[in-house]
Amino acid sequence: MNRLKLIEEWIFKIISFIAAYSVVLILLYLLIVVFKKGISALSWEIVFSMPEGGYYFGGGGGILNAIVGSFYLSIGATVLAVIIGLPAALFINVQLIRLKRTQNTIRFFLDALWGIPSIVYGAFGFAAMLFLGLNASLLAGIITVALLITPILVRAFDEVLKTIPVELQEASFSLGSTRTETALKVLFKQGFAGFITALLLAFGRGIGDAASVLFTAGFTDNIPVTFDEPVATLPLSIFFQLSSPIEEVRQRAYAAAIVLTVIILIISVSARLLSKRYSKNSIK
Amino acid sequence: MKQMAFTYQPNLLSESVTMENQTEVAEMKKDSPIIEIKNLNVKTSEGKILKDINLKIPKNKIVVLLGPSGCGKTTLLKSLNRLTDLYKELKVSGQIIIDGQDIMKAGQNLAVMRQKMGLLSQRPFPLPASIYKNVAYGLKLKGIRSKKLISHSVETNLKRVGLWNEVKDRLKSPVTSLSIGQQQRLCLARGLAVKPAIILADEPTSALDPISTKIIENLFKELKQHYTIILVTHVLRQALRLADHVVFMYYGEIIEQGHPDEILKNPKTAILKKYLVDGN
Repeated sequence: MNRLKLIEEWIFKIISFIAAYSVVLILLYLLIVVFKKGISALSWEIVFSMPEGGYYFGGGGGILNAIVGSFYLSIGATVLAVIIGLPAALFINVQLIRLKRTQNTIRFFLDALWGIPSIVYGAFGFAAMLFLGLNASLLAGIITVALLITPILVRAFDEVLKTIPVELQEASFSLGSTRTETALKVLFKQGFAGFITALLLAFGRGIGDAASVLFTAGFTDNIPVTFDEPVATLPLSIFFQLSSPIEEVRQRAYAAAIVLTVIILIISVSARLLSKRYSKNSIK
Repeated sequence: MKQMAFTYQPNLLSESVTMENQTEVAEMKKDSPIIEIKNLNVKTSEGKILKDINLKIPKNKIVVLLGPSGCGKTTLLKSLNRLTDLYKELKVSGQIIIDGQDIMKAGQNLAVMRQKMGLLSQRPFPLPASIYKNVAYGLKLKGIRSKKLISHSVETNLKRVGLWNEVKDRLKSPVTSLSIGQQQRLCLARGLAVKPAIILADEPTSALDPISTKIIENLFKELKQHYTIILVTHVLRQALRLADHVVFMYYGEIIEQGHPDEILKNPKTAILKKYLVDGN
């Protein structure tokens, strides 16, 4: 019996070891491929200059338009998603505290929305644009990406709030707080570190998504100055470059992919650092 | 808010309350609560948690709710400041009369009602803020904006719970820098700062070490001069040490109640006799 347990323990250890390390190895392999293919094309010029005429046919210049455009779009979408998402998450956890069934129904729908492929959001955004009479523009892209990341953000905020013990709410109520005061002065502060992580992860999802902006944001060699101008994004820039028959342009696509990967990496690391920094007041 | 023209600075050692304004004293006396619970029932879809509770709680005494785990002590305590409202599965009926007012009636100002009762949980739940802000929190909710008044109250209440000397140089530090025992005393100071009349304590020493437990118990003995304390515990010795009045509960019912010497040393019912021997 003891021997059997030891074997069982050993097998389980091996399986979990392989599973854990294969995830890391796949990620490393992916990074190596991207870096290997793109590093030769990566230069200051690509990162810091605008595309010159015929860039996608081997012309000079860089992808600054797409980098800045991606930031414009993702920051706009994240701000919009937070404006909707934070009150929604607080509402679910504070006002609906007695209505477990309603809470769970809302969570179910949000999870379903989370699972919808981003191309569907793109198509919906496109239909909504036609309805509202909007052109493919920064504004339309922001709205569509906000639709994509809002369910993610609400559920992420919601998960943060769910981890806060109900006794902390009780403590706040018993000091004479209303529900709103409890939400804003206690739950928001306690969850702040988690909110930062959730926010940056949603931002990362927004900046990396191509399908939702394919029909809605358009594409341009310029950096938009107003909301109704089209905007270039990094994922679409990579897509257009990879579709090129010219080898040199395809290599630049990998250079752009390195830029996107590094941005997302910086966002993930910042999320960890910021959440650590802001959790000093959180009750463990 | 109108600035109050009196100094309320209880000195626990000399057990004196200095008040310049006699009308305020009269006001406070008039407001002294005697809680009366009439036919209180709390049930869920699975059954009754509290069955026909009828109880009078005398003022300025320590009333201990004693009984095995799951007998409804905490539910009774949470009914008193209507924290049961947070749980939809709990259906509460009956009357709880505090200050002559039935708090179970609809249309109550729950925030004001709850400020009359400080709550101390099993584990300390300080707010996610600095030590100072924790004590100041309730005052700000009351509308007090004067920094001088707030600072004075923070100092007074931290002194009352014996925490001032330990934290006076780091009031801006996060509460997480305090030990569990210190956090529990901070929670008590936070509750006292809003000047409640009643302290609801739900096994407040169950997560504490013996030294911190002793500090809290001694504090309770001092505080009862000015407050009515309702203490939930299942530690028999604690009940004997602190209680002026013991209420023994079992499966949602009050089985016996009275002076600790009377009911813990000479139990009348078989259930209490068994509990005193076996602990359940």
